[in-house]
Amino acid sequence: MGWLLADSWTVAKRHLLHIRSMPEKLSGVTIQPIVFVFMFAYIFGSAIAVPGGDYRQFLLPGVFVQSMATASASIMAGIVSDMASGVMDRFRSLPMARAAVLIGHTGANLVESVLGIVAMAVCGLIVGWRPELGLAPTLAAFGLLLLFGFAMSWVGVFAGLFLKSSEGAQGLGFVLIMPLTFVANTFVPTGGMPAILRAIANWNPTSAVVTACRQLFGGAVPAATAWPQVHPVLASLLWCAALVAAFLPLSVWRFRRAMAAR
Amino acid sequence: MATAAIRAEGLAKRFGKTRALDGVDLVVEPGTILGLLGPNGAGKTTIVRILTTLLRPDAGTARVDGFDVVRQGHEVRRRIGLAGQQAAVDEYLTGRANLVMMARLYHMPAARARARADALLEQLGLAAAGDRLVRTYSGGMRRRLDLAASLVAAPPIIFLDEPTTGLDPRSRLDLWAMIEGLARAGTTVLLTTQYLDEADRLAGRIAVIDHGRVVASGTPDDLKRSVGGERIDVRAPDTETLPAVRRAVAAALGTEPALDPETGRLTAQVADGVAGLRAVVRELDRAGLAVNDLALRRPTLDEVFLALTEREVAS
Repeated sequence: MGWLLADSWTVAKRHLLHIRSMPEKLSGVTIQPIVFVFMFAYIFGSAIAVPGGDYRQFLLPGVFVQSMATASASIMAGIVSDMASGVMDRFRSLPMARAAVLIGHTGANLVESVLGIVAMAVCGLIVGWRPELGLAPTLAAFGLLLLFGFAMSWVGVFAGLFLKSSEGAQGLGFVLIMPLTFVANTFVPTGGMPAILRAIANWNPTSAVVTACRQLFGGAVPAATAWPQVHPVLASLLWCAALVAAFLPLSVWRFRRAMAAR
Repeated sequence: MATAAIRAEGLAKRFGKTRALDGVDLVVEPGTILGLLGPNGAGKTTIVRILTTLLRPDAGTARVDGFDVVRQGHEVRRRIGLAGQQAAVDEYLTGRANLVMMARLYHMPAARARARADALLEQLGLAAAGDRLVRTYSGGMRRRLDLAASLVAAPPIIFLDEPTTGLDPRSRLDLWAMIEGLARAGTTVLLTTQYLDEADRLAGRIAVIDHGRVVASGTPDDLKRSVGGERIDVRAPDTETLPAVRRAVAAALGTEPALDPETGRLTAQVADGVAGLRAVVRELDRAGLAVNDLALRRPTLDEVFLALTEREVAS
């Protein structure tokens, strides 16, 4: 167990060192959400009516959550390229804890998410977003975002272990992330959606985390009756716990199998 | 009898309908180099993957340094180094960071890991490039770094899967010298190759693999003897003089040379290469024939292969 942590840390450092040699790796958690903030704040926002009337206060939690979900696509691409390049074989021929290869990767992802949150928060403050309830709820919201990012990164790992090419990873990343973050209350209230989509959106884990953040940052939250929207913090915690409980062991199992089969 | 460094018995592996290995037996004594020689798809890499615990055999057993590769995988991994076909190093780290990471994953303390990385960079001639990203390295430098990565824990047994495939001649010679140095220092080496000259130069023993089986094994000399000595190649300058050249070679050697219709090259097998070559030169001189090319060479892998597989079919 001690070695599992030590080995995971060594692997995590590898991925963090990558930031120095390819800073573009961070674009998914920095530039992309910043573009979304400006695009929605200044272009679409004028046409979207939200409760309380302050679209930027409504928008920022959505962009925060979306960027956490996007991080799972980059980890998926990383897993695919390690499998293809023989780096995974090298790790597997070492007397190290095998699960550390995956845990280290998701751990590094978490650190990248922290950097992304800082970048987005600064950008949000510039366009007029304000965390209004003080330090503790704000930090709780950031904590929840990181937990969601961590849970989603295990979904990315699991999906990555099935793919052969990084093109496939890009395609699947798009197909996975777009509906997850758009069929939700991320950018618009769900009230105007057709009934089926509204039901999906209200139960989407993304929506639970978004609503939880809206509450914790302070600001108007659309009235809701769906259970995850009434208890968003609890629903977010349950969703994250369920995702990790399902996809962490599945990933480790798949990792062992995917390698043995080649 | 001392424990063999590597002992495999009856290894078999299928991938779907393909029978990748069909009963492979191997023994490698400590401190020696075994060359696994064979064409693409013969099963060489599958053997390496089983012996390095990356793949489970469907049947058969293998022990590395006395430990079973299936049941005692962790013990095996503590005693081996693997350098694969692709240089499995991280492109976006420096050479030094790659080696430090490996050393840490072998659970060396940080200071020792750094010292080990420095020593290996020095040993493999990468000291000056140690702080550059690997993506800026040449193919030869990558392979050397990959070899360094497999040596981090100074394992008693290393596996090199086609270590020089795709390298330029200079890098190939460098890598050969390093592998020889390892063996001199007592490391057991199992290397796979498609090149007879590589196996010949490095390996004390060679196992020829084809269709998932060991079709021949022995010292390089054993193998060459088994396929009948050396070859003399002669190329006539044009098709008009070809028949005359052919007659001259046949007269000199007392055996009809084979003609490769693609290249116009005549090849004859000789027991004593130097004597045969002199006889051919004399005969060509007497007939007043000029030739474009005249060479004495050892059998190529193709020829070893044809000879060995023909024998298989015959027996």
